[in-house]
This record gives sequence, C-alpha cells and structure tokens, in this order.
Amino acid sequence: MLTLRLYFAQRLTAIIMAPLTLGHLVVMIYAVQDGLSVAEILARTRGSVTWFLFYGSFVLAVAVHAAIGLRVIISEWLGVRGVMLSFFSWAVLVLLLFLGGRAVWMVTLAGGLQ
Amino acid sequence: MVDTETFLDVSIWRDQGGDGHFETYQVPRLANQTILDVVSWVQQHIDPTLSYRFACRVGMCGSCAMMVNGEPRWTCRTHVKKVVVEDCLEIAPLRNLPVIKDLVVDMDPFFDKWVAANAVFEPSRTRDDPMAPITPDDPMRIVADGAIECINCAVCYAACDVVAANPEYLGPAALNRSWSLVNDSRDAGQAQRLHAVSAGGGCHNCHSQQSCAKFCPNELNPTLSISGLKRATLKSLLRWDR
Amino acid sequence: MIESHRGHSLWFAFILHRLSGIGLALFLPVHFYMLSLALTDPGQLDGFLAFTDLLLVKWAEFGLVFLLAVHMFGGMRLMALEFLPWSPRQKTYAAMVVALAFFVSTGFFLQAI
Repeated sequence: MLTLRLYFAQRLTAIIMAPLTLGHLVVMIYAVQDGLSVAEILARTRGSVTWFLFYGSFVLAVAVHAAIGLRVIISEWLGVRGVMLSFFSWAVLVLLLFLGGRAVWMVTLAGGLQ
Repeated sequence: MVDTETFLDVSIWRDQGGDGHFETYQVPRLANQTILDVVSWVQQHIDPTLSYRFACRVGMCGSCAMMVNGEPRWTCRTHVKKVVVEDCLEIAPLRNLPVIKDLVVDMDPFFDKWVAANAVFEPSRTRDDPMAPITPDDPMRIVADGAIECINCAVCYAACDVVAANPEYLGPAALNRSWSLVNDSRDAGQAQRLHAVSAGGGCHNCHSQQSCAKFCPNELNPTLSISGLKRATLKSLLRWDR
Repeated sequence: MIESHRGHSLWFAFILHRLSGIGLALFLPVHFYMLSLALTDPGQLDGFLAFTDLLLVKWAEFGLVFLLAVHMFGGMRLMALEFLPWSPRQKTYAAMVVALAFFVSTGFFLQAI
C-alpha cells in the first residue's frame, strides 16, 4: 500500500510538521489561559501573513500526511484496495485541503492585510 | 529428574483441510523437555497421524517453527518450562501461512517473497575471474554481518502484523536478506533490488512494531535491516538515478 | 487462539501512534469547521468556546492535546529509528514519547483550568 513515493511524502510532511506542531502546542497553551473568544483569536491572527504562512503550510502538510496515513489504515484494517483506495485517499486530501484552507484564510487574510 | 506424576494439558491444532480445531492431549512432563519433544510424544504415543515438521533438532535447519501459546517459536530449542502456563500448552501452525495439515504450513508464499524481493545474489564475476577480496573490517561487511545467520524459519513472518494485514508485504525475512545483499559489494543487482523492495508490498510498509526482532530465535533485527532499506531507497529516489 | 505475539511495548507504541493518528484525522474537519465560524457566525463560535469552559470539555481537550503530542513525539521516534544510527534503547524511547506527551498535555490542562 505504501510505495517509496508515498513513504517519502509521508516522512517529508512529518518533518515539516514537527516544528509546526511544537509551535501550535505553545500557541495553544498560551492562548487557552483565561479562556478563548473569537475576538481574542482574530486579534492575534487577522491580517497576519506570518500566521497565514504558518497555518497554511501546516494545513498543506497535514492534508497529505493524513490522506496517506488513513490510506494505509483502511487498506490494512478494512481490506480496501485498488481504485476505491485511491479514491478514498484523494477524497481525504481534498476535504482537508478545502476545510483547512478555508479556515486559515478566514482567520488570517480574508479581511485583507493589516 | 523425571517426574512422571505430572502431566501437561497440550492443545494441538488439527486440520485435515478446512476443519481446523484444537484437540487436547495429556503428555507426561519430563525434565529438559522441549516443545518439539511434546509434539513428537503425541505423535509417537497417541496419534501417529499428527503431522509436523522437523529435521535437525538443534536450531540449525529452521523447519520446526510453530505458534506456542500464541507466540512463534523454534520448537526444538524452546523448553517447556520457559513457555508453559499452569501446565497448559497451546501449539498451532505458524501464523500468516496457509495450513497444509495440522502443524504443517505451506512455506511457498514465504519463499516466493524472497524471490520477489530480489533477495538472491546476483554475481558480478564469473568463475574464471579472481575472487573478490572482502576484509572482515570492511564497513559494508560489518553491516551485512548483522543480517546474516537467518535460518529461514519464518518465525518473524508469523510475528509480523503487517504481513497479516497486507498480503503483498514481502515480510521481515526477505527484506532482511535483501539488506544483507545491498551490503555485498560483489553483487550486481542493486538497482533492481532497490526497485523490488520499493513496490506496493515493499519495505516502506513496515511499521517498526519490531515483533520480528523480538521473536527471531537467532536474535537478528529485521527492523534494523528494513530501516536500512528505507534509507537506501530514499537516497536513490532523491538522486533520481533509478 | 491465544494472540500474545502483540503484547510487547513496541507493539503498543505502534497502536498508540495509529489510534492517535485516527483520532486527530477525525478531529481535524471539526476543528477547521469551527474555526471558519469565526467569520461566518462568530456568535455561534463564541457560544461553543464558552461551552469549552466546562471542566468535562477541558478533559476532552486534554485528550486531544495528548493525541497531538504523542503522535508528534512518536513520529519523531520513528524517524530517528529510520534515519539515525540504530539504538538498542527502543523501549526507552517509546516510554519517553508517552512521558513527554503526558507532560505537555498536563501543562495544557493546568493552563486551561
């Protein structure tokens, strides 16, 4: 189920995400103090190219990583093979890219640059 | 010391073509008794139709591996006292291979994958050429040393959950052999070998559960070998020389 | 039939990595949808964020942070296994992954309550 190229993509996205995840953990632990609100989140992220690039690359990497990871799992545990397996992998990729990309766009650059 | 007063409750898998089930036998417990001794005792004293494989009885030939209490083991070198649980033993054919009869499995899929992994030496010289000198301190030779001494017993193959989940997966033994050949400077089939271990059932499917290394009776580490193949294939991909 | 060949720590490390990955993959679409509410329906998102102040939800968040941390540290362990010289201390590293993930998620929980 995992060919060399898929393996390479899986490890490459993992290496990209390691520092991004650490950063995300720090942001979470910092931001969760005194509770969260929409105003607080937007104040931090709105109009910020830095947060757009940070979370934009995170979404790209995680969409690829999750699509390949779930591909392996459904083939090994549910016995899905062939065309169905490829269809499922691409569907996961597209879904996560769409939802993730939309979310990042909305909390960062949707209202224009600052 | 022989203690004929105690008996083992031994469940052995009986299968004559699709009607597989466990049958229980009472076997006298002896000192220094191996699992192979127990199976042989049943065959010699209770049911001569019980089928199983063995040859050397000293851990060389790799033909007597079975599942013992759920774990793959070389039965000729496994003492009863090491694995027995409350005087009970459960002995079954190796996992991940089709059963022919009772404790005998069909090893063809196992060895077919050695061929599929190009785990066969491809000579680069003929018999007329001089011998290639390889010194014991050659770095590649030292790496290869860690992957040789496999007795083809298929214990690692039976221990591997990736083999169970993915019928194409070449498995720890074949990939371990491929890795020893990748480190053989006399071999001429490296490009094809890296290609063979990179396909749908190749080394990249290994999840490093390391059951192969845990159960290998010769204490080899196929996970280490497979990670070597992952690096070698990745290097070759990034150089675009495949 | 007994299936005891799986009962060792590195197999548990594998299953933890796989289950945490599934958990994160299922959580992500929800996470992304909630975030995009910040623009489309901020009132609803603020209502949801107020709901996350409940202690029970804090525990669920603790679980999510643990999943993320254990998957990340576990992934680092796997890549070290594959790309660095082999270490005989595989079980120690697997235990360290769980300990670090627990440390990080507890840190999050203590800040959250």
